[in-house]
Order: sequence, then C-alpha cells, then structure tokens
Amino acid sequence: MSAVTQSILYLDGVSVAFDGFKALRSLSLTLQPGEMRAIIGPNGAGKTTMMDVITGKTKADEGDVLFDKGSIDLSRYDEAAIAELGIGRKFQKPTVFESHTVADNVLLALKGDRSPFSALFGARNRIAAETIDRYLAIVRLLDHRARLAGALSHGQKQWLEIAMLLAQDPKLLLIDEPVAGMTDAETDVTAELLKDIARDHSVVVVEHDMGFVRALGCRVTCLHEGSVLAEGSIDAVAGNERVIEVYLGR
Amino acid sequence: MLTARFLRMIEGRGLVFLGIMALVALLVPLCNLYVPPGNPFHVSNGTVVLLGKYLCYAMFAVALDLVWGYCGILSLGHGAFFALGGYAMGMYLMRQIGTRGVYAHPVLPDFMVFLNYKELPLTWWGFQHFPYAMLMVVLVPGLLAFVFGWLAFRSRVTGVYLSIMTQALTYALWLSFFRNDMGFGGNNGLTDFKDILGFNVQAQGTRAGLFIVTCMALALTFIIARMIVASTYGKVLVAIRDGESRTRFLGYRVEHHKLLVWVVSAMMAGVAGALYVPQVGIINPSEFHPANSIEAVVWVALGGRGTLVGAALGAVVVNWLKTVFTTGWLAPYWLFALGGLFVLVTLAMPKGLIGVWEDVRARLANRKAIADAKASGARPSDAGSPDPQVPR
Repeated sequence: MSAVTQSILYLDGVSVAFDGFKALRSLSLTLQPGEMRAIIGPNGAGKTTMMDVITGKTKADEGDVLFDKGSIDLSRYDEAAIAELGIGRKFQKPTVFESHTVADNVLLALKGDRSPFSALFGARNRIAAETIDRYLAIVRLLDHRARLAGALSHGQKQWLEIAMLLAQDPKLLLIDEPVAGMTDAETDVTAELLKDIARDHSVVVVEHDMGFVRALGCRVTCLHEGSVLAEGSIDAVAGNERVIEVYLGR
Repeated sequence: MLTARFLRMIEGRGLVFLGIMALVALLVPLCNLYVPPGNPFHVSNGTVVLLGKYLCYAMFAVALDLVWGYCGILSLGHGAFFALGGYAMGMYLMRQIGTRGVYAHPVLPDFMVFLNYKELPLTWWGFQHFPYAMLMVVLVPGLLAFVFGWLAFRSRVTGVYLSIMTQALTYALWLSFFRNDMGFGGNNGLTDFKDILGFNVQAQGTRAGLFIVTCMALALTFIIARMIVASTYGKVLVAIRDGESRTRFLGYRVEHHKLLVWVVSAMMAGVAGALYVPQVGIINPSEFHPANSIEAVVWVALGGRGTLVGAALGAVVVNWLKTVFTTGWLAPYWLFALGGLFVLVTLAMPKGLIGVWEDVRARLANRKAIADAKASGARPSDAGSPDPQVPR
C-alpha cells in the first residue's frame, strides 16, 4: 500500500475498451508528488485515453484510478468535479476561448467559486486585473492581454493554455503535446516554462518530440498498445530494444 | 461611479437603443392621442397596436438571443414560453369579464358555460387577482423551462438534438391546448376581453398605456440581458457556447449555468407574451405553433445573433416586412420572402444587420484614419489598427 499512499496519482490495472478495441490494457502508473513525468508512445498507444480516464471524460472498465495519496477514487467523479479536486488538463489542440480576450481566458480559468451567481454578482465578477496579469507574465503574454485569443499565434495559444492551467492552481497538471507545431525557439521556451512549473506542481507531459522530452530531464514512461512498455530515464528508455522496435515499426 | 459603471455595461449601441425606446414610448402615444387624425404626424390606433405587437416580439427576440446568441442553445420552441405567458395574462383578462359575457355567468368564462363546466377548474383559481396572474406569467414559463432544462442539460443533450426536443415541447403544448378538456378555451383560445385593471382594453388611452408599458418592459429586459452578458457570467456563457467540454474541464458546472440563463430567458419570453395578449386581444393555441418559434430564430439571425440590439431590430424589421407582405397582392409570397431572407442572411451577412452596420462603420473609420494620416504626412499603412481588439 505504501506506493499508493505516497503517490499523487496511482493507476493500477486500468483497462478501457471502445467497441472491442482495447485502448488501455491493464495500465499501471504511479506518480510521486512534485514529480514531472513524460509519457511517450506511438499513435494509438493510449496516451490520450489515459488522460481521458484521469480527467473523467472516459470511465475505466476495470482498475483503480486514485488521486492524492490514494484518498480519492477518481472514477466516482465527473469532469467538473475532478477539475475542482485539483487536476488541470491542457489539450492536444490548443483549446482557448477564441472569442474572448487573453485576459478573460485566464479570468475564467482562475481558481475559485464557479457558480453562476458568483459570476453574476460574486467573487468571480470582481477579480482584480493584477491577479490575471500575474499568470500572463509567467507565460510572457502580458503585452497581449487585450487581444482576442483567436488572434494569437499557435505557440502563444499553447502558452495561454498553460497560463489558464496554472490559474486553476491544480495539484496535478496533465499536459498533452505542449510543443506540437511550435518553432524550435518556442519549444525551448516551453521546456523552461514547464521545468519552472514542475518545481511546485506534479506534472504529466505527453509528447512526441524527443528533443523536448530530453530537455525536460525527467523520468519517461513509454506506452504501447495500452500498457507500459518501458520506464526510466530518457537514455534508458530510448535505448530500450523494444521501444526502438515499436518506434521504428518492425 | 455607479452611473459610469451602468453606462459601460449598456455600451454605446445599447444607449442608442434605450434612447430610441424612450423616444418611441413618448412620441407614439403623443402622436396618437393629441395629434388629430388627418394631420401627417397622426399615428392611428391600428398603428399603435401594430407597433406594440412588434415591440413584444422584440422582447421575445432579446430573450431568444440571450440563450442562442450567447450560450449557443438554439431553441426552436421558445414560442411555448411566450404563449404560456400570454395564456396567463389571457386568463386574468377572461376573469375580468364577469357577468358581461354572453352567458353572463359571474365566475365561469363563456366557453366553460358552453362546455357545461359546473365549477371553475383548479388551474383558473386566483387568476382574477392581477398580482397572482402576473406571478404566473413568469412562474409558469420559468417552471417549465426549469424542468425541461434540468433534464436536458443534465443529460448533456446539445445541438440539433436539443433543438428538436424544444420543437417537440412546443408541438406537444400546441396539440394539448387545442383540446377542449384542457380547460383553456380549446381551438378558439381566450378572447373578447373587456378590461385590464379596470381600464377598457379597447380604449385609446389604455392602448397607449399598454404601449408605454411594453416599451418600458422591453427596455428593462434589454438592461437585464446586458447586465447578464456584461458580467463574468456572460463570459462563462460565451465560453460554453464556444467550447462546452473545455468549460467543463475548467471545473464549471455547465448544466447549472445553462439552466439559469434558460430559465431567465423563458421568463422574459413569458412577460413578452403577457404584454402581447391585451394588445392583440386574443390568445389561442396557434401561438404554440412550431413555425412561430422558428420564425423568431430568423428575426434574431437577421438582426445579428449575439448582439441583443440586433435581435430586437430583426424582430421589428421582419414583422414590419410581414405586415407589408401579408396585406395586399404580395400576400401569397410571404413565406417565400421569409425563406429568401433567411438564405440571404446566412450567405451574405452572417453577422446580420448589426454586422453589416459595424462593417460599414469600421470601413469609414479606417478610410478617415488613412486620410488623416495622409494629411499629416505619415505613411498610410500606419493608419488603423491591424490588430483585432475586444469587439464592442
């Protein structure tokens, strides 16, 4: 049990099938508090499905999905409740609210009461600009605060989404392909950004870009066909024969 | 300070709208009551009723725009709430007739006597009291919207599926209100009203009074709607419209947010219906007809979805066109015109009349900026803002 009670996130024997297709096969994964973990794997390895199970979008057919030292069984909650428990998610495609300004995107994400009445008359309707700007400064979007989010570049949208994630003040961040479509310079900035964030958050990053994963310098888990193929340092995983086999597609 | 905040909330376009409403509320009754017929500035009794009707529709359109334009809930059955509000008002008016009906029964309305009712059905109790009837005007549509919305939003029914369900809702009500044993006058509905709060509904003065009340109600509806959309709650609604599941992943209980705006909108529609009935003098099941609700969607689309002012403008413009088209030799072509209008709006002006106006204004402002820049010797390409800022 000690593995459970020390973990921020604990998946054990999780299986999910869609119409007979097994997206996850008895997947097990443990994340320590404060740890950053990179998840790699070819297409269809089950990376996104794993995120969906953790955030409540998909229910696991079997297995345990436990959060916060095993005290919370995530399978009993829906998306909104899980977000409130402290799990934030950044999607693969940047999904910012395009017809809102950059500042408003952060305003909506900020931790706090999310009831309609709070937004109409209460606390959420009286959030100070400085609070929002603090998060925009972290992702270097302060100069863009009044622009529509839809007008941002692809990379800037990704950063805005990271700012929104931070504004939620989650205990665990799930970040799906943060550097997809970014320039090399943007990728470097993002790696630094994530390393900063990982100092006081637990982070799971799903990424294809091996250079980026190496820059993160954290433990790596390689998924394949819905279960863990290899786990360890980037060099150990990248040197693993089965991993090479899977990636080169023999 | 408070006024400044109010002005910011209403915005320029809204102030113009409220200004026009105040002017209309003042001028139309004045020109009806105090300018003699024959004078070119005289407004006939018929026109007052017609304008009053348009304004009720405008209110209804604002309510619809609130849910569709801002929260993305395309209701094709909003007419149900409008008609329910109308029926609640109609029931009050029926009970005011008293012994002046054809059968001169002190309690039962004519149609009940005709159908051999022995006593007043429970649903009609209390409707002789104006405050109770007014409460029902907002409560009945609100309650129906609450139950419907609670079930639909909790089950995450969205998009066309929800639209079809709203259509089914109004269709079901349409069919049931036709039945005599529903106790609401069946096919004929409620009509032959005598007075409201002691004033003769047919009298010119009462008509003018009702018109002014309608103007005020429309203005108030607009202000409430502006308050909603200008608050952070309005931003949450737009977020739900543009990315429902994303909003849910942020931790918002999307169903609660949808439910609130849905119920508020239904109540507004109910009030619009209640003001409509004493002015047109009748309420019958045809108000529940699904086509009415669809037509209201066309008004909002034509005026400009998600602008509130545009919705009201669209309602007035389309209904004015309808009046023009359905009187005279054009009458058989009205539905073609309406359909054509909808196609035209969808293809040529997706942002509606308001959108066209904004485009023209932006172009003029840009041209002026370029001219100014030229005059001051700067490079013309510096003029204008290439960066889209917050739309106002």
